[in-house]
Amino acid sequence: MKFVKSKQIVVGLAASALATGLATVTASAEEVLNVYNWSDYIAEDTIANFEAETGIKVTYDMYDSNEVLEAKMLAGSSGYDVVVPTGDFLARGREAGAYQDLDLSRIANYANQDMGVQGFANQQIGIDNAGAVYMWGTTGVAYNVDMIAERLGDDAPTDSWALILDPKYASKLADCGVAILDAPTDVLPNVIAYQGGDGTSMNGKDFESAGDVLNAVRPHLRYVHSSQSINDIANGDICAAIMWSGDAFQAAYRAEEAENGHTIEYYIPKEGTNLWFDHFAIPADAKNLDNAYTFINYMLRGDVAAANVNYVWYASGNEAAKSDIDPEILEHPGIYPTAEAQKNLFVVPVYDARLDRTVTRVWSRFSSGS
Amino acid sequence: MMGQTTWLQRNGRRIVVALPLIWLIVFFFLPLIEVAQTSFTMPRRGIPPFEPLWGFGKDGFFTNFNLENYALLLEYWQDYLGPAGNSIRLALFSTIICLVFAYPMAWWIARSDPRQRAMLLVLVMLPFWTSSLLRIYALIGLLNPNGFINTMLLFLGVIDAPLRMMQTDFSIYMGMLLTYLPLMILPLYATMIRLDDDLLDAAADLGAGRVAVFRTVVLPLTMPGIIAGSLLVFIPAVGEFVIPALLGGPDQMMIGKVLWTEFFRSRDWPVASALAVLLLIILAVPIIYARYQDGRTTALDQQYDEAQQNDIKPGAA
Repeated sequence: MKFVKSKQIVVGLAASALATGLATVTASAEEVLNVYNWSDYIAEDTIANFEAETGIKVTYDMYDSNEVLEAKMLAGSSGYDVVVPTGDFLARGREAGAYQDLDLSRIANYANQDMGVQGFANQQIGIDNAGAVYMWGTTGVAYNVDMIAERLGDDAPTDSWALILDPKYASKLADCGVAILDAPTDVLPNVIAYQGGDGTSMNGKDFESAGDVLNAVRPHLRYVHSSQSINDIANGDICAAIMWSGDAFQAAYRAEEAENGHTIEYYIPKEGTNLWFDHFAIPADAKNLDNAYTFINYMLRGDVAAANVNYVWYASGNEAAKSDIDPEILEHPGIYPTAEAQKNLFVVPVYDARLDRTVTRVWSRFSSGS
Repeated sequence: MMGQTTWLQRNGRRIVVALPLIWLIVFFFLPLIEVAQTSFTMPRRGIPPFEPLWGFGKDGFFTNFNLENYALLLEYWQDYLGPAGNSIRLALFSTIICLVFAYPMAWWIARSDPRQRAMLLVLVMLPFWTSSLLRIYALIGLLNPNGFINTMLLFLGVIDAPLRMMQTDFSIYMGMLLTYLPLMILPLYATMIRLDDDLLDAAADLGAGRVAVFRTVVLPLTMPGIIAGSLLVFIPAVGEFVIPALLGGPDQMMIGKVLWTEFFRSRDWPVASALAVLLLIILAVPIIYARYQDGRTTALDQQYDEAQQNDIKPGAA
């Protein structure tokens, strides 16, 4: 009896070993995809829908700054198949050999792209197939309507960078809190534009003098940070900030949801601001290339792109999406800028290593107060 | 079977020592060497974003060794000195604040009922079981202009306008205290629990006042705990990145943030590495030297003790 039992166990073990072996085989045959995207940058059900439709299992990770993505790409062997860098970072990463150019013939839905936007984005990178624009936006000013009116009355320049960058106004707002994005390439070119210069300047001197403008308002700033202001402005802990468009709308939405009496508005300053584009791109060493193309193609489908825009409130790079996008978003001048505002929009060029160093130094001196 | 046992017996000690040693070499020493190597190379656009320090190419062995990164740090020393000073000042004050809070707490735990002690120690360590990041965010919720403390004080009529607590030195020290206090309490407790009460009684019997007992008996005997705790707090506090980033304002630029900037924003891994190496030298060398001196005196004390014991032994036998 005992003997039989142990024999049964042996058979059982062998069978289960065989089964595990089979399971391993099927597991390796299972289609997988590793996506690395910005946090809060996709509709809640997009990934689940994609998995249901294609049978591809997605591992979805998130980052909150281009720098973190870039460091991972430059270290090599990231393991990701699709990532979403901003234009200047994609251009630099491409130069370093971190990304492969897209084979556009494998993305049928590329035809859905808004070619005006895509063309603008391609210009920044210098070639036409480095990436496919997912979303784009502007950098501007978000402010608490009542708090600003209370302190500045009708004088408030709520159409200009001056609200933040002119000490005359910033000093009166210091008590309710002023913040600036911790992103030199989204702030310094705009300071140059505010001074009447060219936002696409590659001249180190322009950046030095932009640094002087920032240092002059620095005593009135609460902090320099990229994500903290979303919550703080929604809660009334700060009253004005240089922010990315979508973040500002998120803050406005949170304040509205909380019914805390704060109304947040966002504007594109009349002196002009920078446009930025986030691209779907494929790392040079992507292992699941076919699935990467399937995913990008899926994301460029009109209804999918529209669902994402309706959730994150950034402008889409997709023309076909427009019929399904919430009219409130399409008509919002802060998301889809008016023709008038479009005249003053510019795209920040990719800086060389030398200018990079100047920019970092100017920025460090400003943010450290030395 | 027998052979195996004796082999294990013969080498067991070595294996036990070798495992952590190998771990230290692979995960601590090699990365350190890597950082040091990188500090002598130049940045480039590529993967990895710096040139190899040495290698074998078409023309045989080559090396890219240079000191430009260190030269750059010296040239712009003013940009680095400020944040480095900030970090050291902040770490120093954080250590002192932690010590002031931890000393009486550790003393109280060490002198309390042995049955309560375990519970009190668990309470000290309890925060460690939650993510430090969440604890920092909870602190933000307390200190914000619209946070719990301000809302309470306004409601009670103690203040008319919200106190400005966030983005100040105060909020950073609160964060540091919250994070590092257990690291100070535990080594202090460990020395205090070994402190013999008879020594205190003896000192008191011999006419020493409370202050004198503390100064001449308690303080010297708990000094190892003070030193250990202070090092445990000071060293990570100097490189602290998260707390100043979340709780500090633009005035509190720390060396950790500068390192982040050089590494992520300038994409200049070599300069970041050079800065890290320099910091290591500036901070670690004095501490190692101090510990070495300390170790020598301890060794001397030990010899002295042994000599005394040897003197006594014959009499006892």
